[in-house]
Amino acid sequence: MSSVTAIPEISKDAAHFQVVPGEVPVLNIRNLNVRSKNAQILKNINLVVPKNKITVLLGPSGCGKTTLLKCMNRLTDLYSELKLDGSIEIDGEDILSGKFDITQIRQKMGLVMQRPFPLPMSIYDNIAYGLKIKGIRKKSIISEKVEKHLREVALWDEVKDRLKTSAQRLSIGQQQRLCLARGLAVEPEIILADEPTSALDPISSRVIEEEFLKLKDDYTIILVTHILRQAKRLADFVVFMYYGEIVEYGPASEIFENPKTDILKEYLRVGH
Amino acid sequence: MTKRILIDNISSKWMLVCLSFFLLLPLAIGTGLVLKSSDLFTSHHSLSTLIFSADWSPSEDKFGFWPFILSSLWVTVIALIISMPLCLLAAIYLSQFAPKWLLEFMRPVIDILAGIPSVVYGVWGVLVIVPLVGDVIAPFFNNESLGYSILAGALVLAVMSIPYILNMLLEVFRQVPVELGEASLSLGATKWETIKHVFIRKGATGILSAYGLGFSKALGETIAVMMVIGNVVQEPASVFDAGYPLPALIANNYGEMMSIPSYDSALMFGSLLLFVIILAINIVFRYLIYKSEEK
Repeated sequence: MSSVTAIPEISKDAAHFQVVPGEVPVLNIRNLNVRSKNAQILKNINLVVPKNKITVLLGPSGCGKTTLLKCMNRLTDLYSELKLDGSIEIDGEDILSGKFDITQIRQKMGLVMQRPFPLPMSIYDNIAYGLKIKGIRKKSIISEKVEKHLREVALWDEVKDRLKTSAQRLSIGQQQRLCLARGLAVEPEIILADEPTSALDPISSRVIEEEFLKLKDDYTIILVTHILRQAKRLADFVVFMYYGEIVEYGPASEIFENPKTDILKEYLRVGH
Repeated sequence: MTKRILIDNISSKWMLVCLSFFLLLPLAIGTGLVLKSSDLFTSHHSLSTLIFSADWSPSEDKFGFWPFILSSLWVTVIALIISMPLCLLAAIYLSQFAPKWLLEFMRPVIDILAGIPSVVYGVWGVLVIVPLVGDVIAPFFNNESLGYSILAGALVLAVMSIPYILNMLLEVFRQVPVELGEASLSLGATKWETIKHVFIRKGATGILSAYGLGFSKALGETIAVMMVIGNVVQEPASVFDAGYPLPALIANNYGEMMSIPSYDSALMFGSLLLFVIILAINIVFRYLIYKSEEK
């Protein structure tokens, strides 16, 4: 942890941009702009995501948090109307440059979505799917990893007797943990979580939150949320977004205790 | 208050009456066909000769339906072998990958294709498909054919069933959530792997339903097939031979058989065969659908 993060260009839009010294960056976004036909969805995003921390993207609905997240594993490719420019570097490689195998880039990131979408197969195969895609064929290794990752999300004891049954039959909270385990199975560096608790009851939500706190030892987590309290419980760093721009960025304590912009002050005040 | 509840009760009963009508309809048709064709059994014909004999000579009171059954199945199966994968791939592309405008453009195109009268497909078949089979495809496979053949019938039938099956499949894939594809892609799967392992599996039940209905509809298609298939009573040995499917037999001969005894019953038996085959196919697909839902 000795290196100091390179300072990205600071635009005037990101006046309150802070660089956090002493953190190893795993993801580095520079001058990212995303436009659709009629609107600019993301404006001049500059962001450094430090390793093994939880970085929370906070902001009101429709401010571009989810789009930013989808840029990071280029799911934006699916939406032909979106035009991206700028760069997103993961481990020093610009994934927007187009010269990398997109499937390998995506395997560096595990995605957890707003609602769980288990694949239409058994619990076991949901985890094994990513492994098989990675080229792992040996059954013993697959079984071992299925167990490991189901344990990692505290689901193993609940499902170990019905691994071959359909994943659709799990409760929604279990499904979300399965989806998390599925993402972990491809051994990503980063977990991208898009409001992962928004469809869950409070208890299931708490379970997921606790998972994230444990997982940050091994993974870098980027969490989109609009729940202020969740952000406070989990965040090491907070990125506050508003209308497609990063308004403030910094360590959680600083953002929450010492907001600089009026809009963030308002958000923090109303959010309670 | 009581009046509202009374109306409520009556309305639900009335719906049940409507429903039972639909339940009774196939039963009534089946019974009617059995009764009408029963003359054939009371005379010396056995069920197995009726079905498996290839001897068709109404004037000598010989009714072997085997050539017709065979023609019907050949035409339908080949047509669906052609149209099923085409429809599947087109539906997946249109619903998951194509730009929105293309889907918007294709919908009316599909509707127009579905709305073209059967007889127009028949004329097109005679003008285009029959010469194509006779002059190009058959010689290519070192075969001689007049063009009026099982293959010509199958090609016309395939084209006809495409809009029907494609429409149903589009609906199936429209209901697969986009996020499911994103989930698979974000695990590092390619688009093709996502289609193969996720979309097709998720849509399996719907795909089977679409194919089952497509099969039933294609089997009963009459006029267009009749125009290009040759209508020769024989057991077709290859796809370049002429055939004579059951619906064509019935349509061609009904009303002309007054002079020959039991012809009437024989044609009714032909209808009954169609009915039973469609019923059997539906049961098979129902079973497959049930199996796919279990997963």
